[in-house]
Amino acid sequence: MARRANSPLASCDCCTPASADNPLPTGTITVALAGQPNVGKTTVFNLLTGLSQHVGNWPGKTVEQKTGFYACDGWTMRIVDLPGTYSLTANSVEEQVARDFIIRERPDVVVVIVDAATLERNLYLLAELLHLPARVILGLNMVDVAEQQGLHIEPHVLQAALGIPVVPMVASRNQGICELVRTIVGLVRGEIPYAPRRPEIREDHQQVLASLEEIVGPYVPSPYPADWVSLKLLEGDSEITRLVQERMPQEAWEQIQSILHRHEDAVLAVAGGRYDWIGRMVRAAVARPRAGHITLTERVDRIATHPFWGLVLLGAVLAVAFWLTYAVALPIQRWLGSVVVQGIAEQVGRWLAPAPGWLSGLIIEGIIGGVGSMLTFAPILTLFFATMGFLEDVGYMARAAYVMDRFMHLLGLHGKSFLPLFLGFGCNVPAVMGTRIIEERRARLLTILLAPLVPCPARMAVVAVLAPAFFGTRAPWVSGGLVFLSLFALALSGALLNWILFRGERAAFIMELPLYHIPNLRTIGLLVWQRLLAFLRKAGTVILAVSIVVWALSHFPGGTIEESLLGRLGRWLSPVGAWMGFDWRMIVALLTSFIAKENAVATLAVLYGAGRESLPALLRASVSPASGLAFLVATMLFIPCVATFTVMRQETGSWKWTLIGTGFLLLLSLAAAALVFQLARLLGGA
Amino acid sequence: MEELVELSRLAPRERGIVHTLVGGRGFVSRLAALGFTVGAPVTMVRNHGQGPVIVLVRDTRIALGRGEAAKVLVRRREDNDGAEGE
Repeated sequence: MARRANSPLASCDCCTPASADNPLPTGTITVALAGQPNVGKTTVFNLLTGLSQHVGNWPGKTVEQKTGFYACDGWTMRIVDLPGTYSLTANSVEEQVARDFIIRERPDVVVVIVDAATLERNLYLLAELLHLPARVILGLNMVDVAEQQGLHIEPHVLQAALGIPVVPMVASRNQGICELVRTIVGLVRGEIPYAPRRPEIREDHQQVLASLEEIVGPYVPSPYPADWVSLKLLEGDSEITRLVQERMPQEAWEQIQSILHRHEDAVLAVAGGRYDWIGRMVRAAVARPRAGHITLTERVDRIATHPFWGLVLLGAVLAVAFWLTYAVALPIQRWLGSVVVQGIAEQVGRWLAPAPGWLSGLIIEGIIGGVGSMLTFAPILTLFFATMGFLEDVGYMARAAYVMDRFMHLLGLHGKSFLPLFLGFGCNVPAVMGTRIIEERRARLLTILLAPLVPCPARMAVVAVLAPAFFGTRAPWVSGGLVFLSLFALALSGALLNWILFRGERAAFIMELPLYHIPNLRTIGLLVWQRLLAFLRKAGTVILAVSIVVWALSHFPGGTIEESLLGRLGRWLSPVGAWMGFDWRMIVALLTSFIAKENAVATLAVLYGAGRESLPALLRASVSPASGLAFLVATMLFIPCVATFTVMRQETGSWKWTLIGTGFLLLLSLAAAALVFQLARLLGGA
Repeated sequence: MEELVELSRLAPRERGIVHTLVGGRGFVSRLAALGFTVGAPVTMVRNHGQGPVIVLVRDTRIALGRGEAAKVLVRRREDNDGAEGE
């Protein structure tokens, strides 16, 4: 049988061979994977699709879309990973995307992955899905964890009660996947009986629902199912309400409205009806443990969520993450920079010896220099993302968010913003992208605006080179102080922006704390790879383009940087720079840091006519410590680098907010630099 | 004795039954999907100072901001013998 070479299932016999009276489906079947967060849906998706998966965005939305393929014996399964959602309301973009896909694209099968250890709550999504016109299979995952908790589930009993196929699985150990594939094929072929029992609304509201259906019936647009639309109207679903109102004549709509006004609490009756149904389904199939059974999660949480010890634990965990990243990755980065990038630059330089000066300059300084230095950060990023990914997969990050919520409150955010902001210590690009886990738009926006203030390794690299030049042995103190300054600016800006832009309103904090579980290395690996790839793509495209442009601006028309456009710009701005103690060279260096923060050092080296080693000495001679300090302050708080800028635009979906954020940081950094310069001069004397 | 209290007032290990949810439809449906429906048993796990609380509802631990927890009204259960898990 032909199998895709990169499918992990190549060695298992999942496909049933075709025969004359049992033809396989030809062409492609579309399978949608649905499930609540933390059920292992990603693990299942990764197992089925391996490296064939493609990560992108749902068209027109900032919601991640993953699709992949599983192929066997002439037919192909196209698998679409729907966003993890607790329900299918119109309250969030993720839910809308998920339900739109099922209603409009009509997948052949929808597989709902549930966590056997929290079956009751997980089945809520199934209860919603059974109202939609799709064939559903229940993937009962994490059966091992349930057993550990003392919960014993009978899949056959559950299957008989629900009327849909139930497949027990332990995805983390690659168990049950084959069975799932066979069940999908069986269902599509019509070999498996399918007679779902659907949940009903609570009795006291059944009449109301019936009257709604009668009125709405003729106006429901296909492909929406009429009974589902009535149910959603009763729930007060904003999207469906708007949809129906647009298509109905005024009198009919008024009838609907009066019914809905009389039953504004119906959403609880609908949800309650679903849980009643779930209770009946589950009662026979699940045997519960005796009371007093204490789980590992509870034991660990006694410390992890403790008001004091929880913070201590968090501090320790983060300290280890940093230490690991810098102890291992920093030497690799240095090697990459001095041996690999330098080596390539020299080699290319030899090849380009006969070429005109500007061409070799463009290629060596502009392209290799610009992009090369960015790429040397890859080891730091990889290690940092790996540690963060590990903590996320184990389930610890939810506890970190819980423990940090008190402090995030002061910034006008809540605990969920902690993870993306913390990712900023590795690189601001994935930090901004990581804000997708924040459901509420205002909180997400504010987090994105604040992310560039988190000190990233590129900024620290500038400090690491320049601080010793001005402050000698006291450099570590200055570096530490600058980090604290950044974080203080972050807190202050958060409180300020929250007050100005959002009148101090805070989004609701509702977050599940999943059970701890053994991390899945494949999931973590793929996550790290995807984050790294996002960073590399930015380096390869945007940074490359801007590097060339800035190089051009700094070499034309004069041929030397002093006479170039950028140099002239720097000189023109020098009266402003004087307030901060910057001469035109430092201004130009700050401007070039827009491409990548560490460019500031390279630019200063060129402008002061130094090689990297002699730069510190030259700077000490021509620049006062007060100016140097002000320059470092400006670097730490300055506008985001172009990669971060691009991602901000992408994630906010608006130029307005990106420019507001950038403008704010520009003002903040220059004001802080001016303040620091004047204070330093007063205290220390030029 | 069965009194109606805000969820945020339950002490750790105390149990209750959800009676009402106060708030806009978006908020109520989010909580309902997570298991906070009328008649659902809840157990307080952590409640300290002004920070968010942790509640056990339908086998899941949910962290709720204090303001959000105050919008869930529960009936205190008489049989509060401190047993863990539900």
